[in-house]
Amino acid sequence: MAALGLALASSLAGLFATARRPALLRGLSLPLFALSGLAALACGLLALADGGSITLQLPLGLPWLPWQLRLDALSGFFLVLLGALTLAVGIYGVGYVRDFERGRDQLPPLGAFSGLFLLGMELVLMADGAYLFMVAWELMTLSSYFLVAFQHDNAANRRAAFLYLLMGHISGLCILLAFGVLASFSGSFAFAAMRAAHPDFLWASVAFALAFTGFGIKAGLVPVHAWLPEAHPAAPSHISALMSGAMLKVAVYGFLRVVFDLIGPLHWQWGVVVLTVGSLSALLGVLLALMQTDLKRLLAYSSVENLGIVFIGLGLSLIFLGTGHRLLGALALVAALYHALNHALFKGLLFMGAGAILHSAHERDLDRMGGLLRRMPWTGTFFLIGSLAISGLPPLNGFVSEWFTFQAALQTWQLHSGLLRTLIPVAAAVLALSAALAAAAFVKAYGVAFLGRARTRQVRRARQVPVNMRVGQGLLALGCLAAGVFPSTVIAWIVRVPQSLLGSGLPQAGAQGWLWLTPVSPTTASYSAPGVLLALLVLAGLTAWLVHWGAVRRVRRSDAWDCGLAPPTPRMQYTATGFAQPLRRVFGAWLRVDEGVDAGEGATPRHRLQITDRSWALFYAPVVRVLDRLTRLVTRMQAGHLRVYLAWTLGTLLLLLWVVTL
Amino acid sequence: MNAADTVLAVAQALLWPLAAPLLVGWVRKAKAMLQNRRGASVLQPARNLGKLFAKETRVAHTASPLFRVTPYIVFTATWLAAAAVPLLSTRLPTSALADVIVVAGLLGLARFFLALAGMDVGTAFGGMGASREMMVSGLAEPALLMAVFTLAMSAHSTNLSSVVDHQLAGGTLLPSMLFALGSLILVAVAETGRLPIDNPTTHLELTMIHEAMILEYSGRHLALLEWAAQIRLLLYGALIANVFFPWGIATTAQPLALGIAVGALAGKLLVLGAALAVGETVLVKKRLFQAPAFLNLAFLFALIGLLSHVILEQGM
Repeated sequence: MAALGLALASSLAGLFATARRPALLRGLSLPLFALSGLAALACGLLALADGGSITLQLPLGLPWLPWQLRLDALSGFFLVLLGALTLAVGIYGVGYVRDFERGRDQLPPLGAFSGLFLLGMELVLMADGAYLFMVAWELMTLSSYFLVAFQHDNAANRRAAFLYLLMGHISGLCILLAFGVLASFSGSFAFAAMRAAHPDFLWASVAFALAFTGFGIKAGLVPVHAWLPEAHPAAPSHISALMSGAMLKVAVYGFLRVVFDLIGPLHWQWGVVVLTVGSLSALLGVLLALMQTDLKRLLAYSSVENLGIVFIGLGLSLIFLGTGHRLLGALALVAALYHALNHALFKGLLFMGAGAILHSAHERDLDRMGGLLRRMPWTGTFFLIGSLAISGLPPLNGFVSEWFTFQAALQTWQLHSGLLRTLIPVAAAVLALSAALAAAAFVKAYGVAFLGRARTRQVRRARQVPVNMRVGQGLLALGCLAAGVFPSTVIAWIVRVPQSLLGSGLPQAGAQGWLWLTPVSPTTASYSAPGVLLALLVLAGLTAWLVHWGAVRRVRRSDAWDCGLAPPTPRMQYTATGFAQPLRRVFGAWLRVDEGVDAGEGATPRHRLQITDRSWALFYAPVVRVLDRLTRLVTRMQAGHLRVYLAWTLGTLLLLLWVVTL
Repeated sequence: MNAADTVLAVAQALLWPLAAPLLVGWVRKAKAMLQNRRGASVLQPARNLGKLFAKETRVAHTASPLFRVTPYIVFTATWLAAAAVPLLSTRLPTSALADVIVVAGLLGLARFFLALAGMDVGTAFGGMGASREMMVSGLAEPALLMAVFTLAMSAHSTNLSSVVDHQLAGGTLLPSMLFALGSLILVAVAETGRLPIDNPTTHLELTMIHEAMILEYSGRHLALLEWAAQIRLLLYGALIANVFFPWGIATTAQPLALGIAVGALAGKLLVLGAALAVGETVLVKKRLFQAPAFLNLAFLFALIGLLSHVILEQGM
């Protein structure tokens, strides 16, 4: 519990220190930020190791609604995730914010709201009652709104921040209503009482639908994801890393807490909904990511995809648990949690990489980058590790969680319902497709940004980033490697979550020792990540040795092949737009692609390409229209005369009195 | 897992790079015969590799270190992926090390680096090859995984040795298997860069996919990449041969059983190679944007196979 206190104290101290003197942001606030992350990490590990739950009463809150904190395995897991990322972000941020010191941006809000944002996330994870949960949730949402609006000189950023605020409030409202439904059955806002009460199927489903909508908005699921690709790129990069890596996971935590822990018995029908939405998010997220040329937007859309994968895992888990397969439910849950952890690691790393490019080349547009690997070898190497991990390639961590999700999906034969047996393989197909497309998206991002030749002078002159930025990235890259190569160890920790939540772990997962990963049984499937890495290294060594001794070793540098025509210029390279063109044609129907050539009278013809998210036209526009019509109706009341308003007030009062007396 | 199995696994792993050029040689020979040519010896691809290893390597001025490590990564990852596929015997410790999803992942790793290396030098052709390759593989990989899942679901295992064992015990080709086979053949054609998706013998840069990515490579680097491509062809051949027609594969480490397995494998690969040659002789290369239709067919086959398995054949 000492760690818990430190976590809170350091984020608060970070807040006040910066508020007084801007220069302290680097010297005090961000180190404290990192310390808080470390404390959260330790705290989470303690909670996971302990297995039980620890509660603590805060001397705050309302007299009849005390703020109670509780740490169990689920909170512990997400605290580890948050803490690890915060630690890296804190170290990285020290270098990154130096850019802002010279600029016109106000530093105190950055430090203050970063601290509050972290405090909010930590409190959400530890809250043991709906009241504290909602307060912390709103703290998280509001403080991150100010972080998104940090560079508010730019109109696009203001718009993004407003959209974010709006969606954040709808999300908060849904969650509040979900808690309301649960509280009406339990008679109390404390989680312990909600856990004990079991609403009937109808009301439980209402609560589920509200919670799924609320947390789904925050997690950026399709079709309510539109705020995410606007808001994440607008924030400073280290905050983007935290928002994408950690805040979306806090939404996953909330979903898990409410649905798996509080509502009561689970129903497989919910799983079908979650699985469908998850699959759609995965596919649309990756398609839109593939089409982006702004590196940070690409990463943001890829977050939509990855959260989709997490929710595919959660949906599978709900289906298995709802049909009484506890072991398989635990398997799918572990897959989802593993992917959540992995996403925090690699998305944090990639956003930091994007921030490093922004820091030294002042460029976010992929089509203007190129050749950065030679200018920034460390960032280039770390970004490569992140790209490999996010593309789900062995032996890195993204592969392990996708492998786990596939293994869970392959257990469909144990179900009896024909519908489910059809649906789950289709979801697995979608997962396979989105994993393959993610690889394409990150070949594009890495290839265009780091390889080839620089396309602009600014990028050609990019310099290495300061050492602490490299350390921050390096930590997460190490985390990606470790979580990829030692999955059994990681799973031995994660498995405590289903153990405490569902009462069922994965007895087989590490039964063959730390070398082997056998989710169901050794004959069903096995993967030995250390073995694969070792075999790769041995074979690579053997190949290199044979080639070294057997082949001609002479290497001559020469010009690239130019077909015997003019030497290639950097402008001849494939751009990000060009790279995605074949896939844009194949999947054009899923996106809104507006492409053509504008050739006016005498003007030089220009290629026009605009890709918009279909959810705007299909989902948002109708909602906006309906709202618009409703508000028009309401404006009829607005006559501008005081006596009319007084009459309305009187009428309302009478109506309320009548309702009360009923 | 005993010492004999381990020795056998190492021997099989070493067999892959040795046998791969022969299969390519046979396909070329068969193609030549179909075109009324005598054709080069079956050993010619192996000789070509030797020739490339003996040449000096040229690296573009603009290439980064990634360009130089890629051949080694591609070769190693492909080799390891192959080593997890049962070639002669189902008693294969390496197939427990890496199941079929890992095999697909390792091939994906090789492809990822190959595509990056294509973009590394900064010429138009490399980027073009990379972009096309990622499109083809992006569509082929889900089909591959779906086809494999059909097998995995009926065998209740994703370990290839167990799948082959299950197929040996089962004996009949169920409808879902036929669909999976169809899908896997289409995927294999696309993933190994054969007609009608890609032309391995083209010399026109604009029509190339795989060749465009490795256009800048020469000498020993090119040798490693070509060798890896040959291993990949053998991998898909052995996968189709041993999973769908497992007869003859050794289930024990007895010399006699292994001898039979060598003969059976050679026979199956001769037939498959000849079929590929016939296919490449009668088909023409499709336009790039007809490739998605081809791969969608593969994906549909795989999906139908999977659905017919989970709906019709459950409990069989």
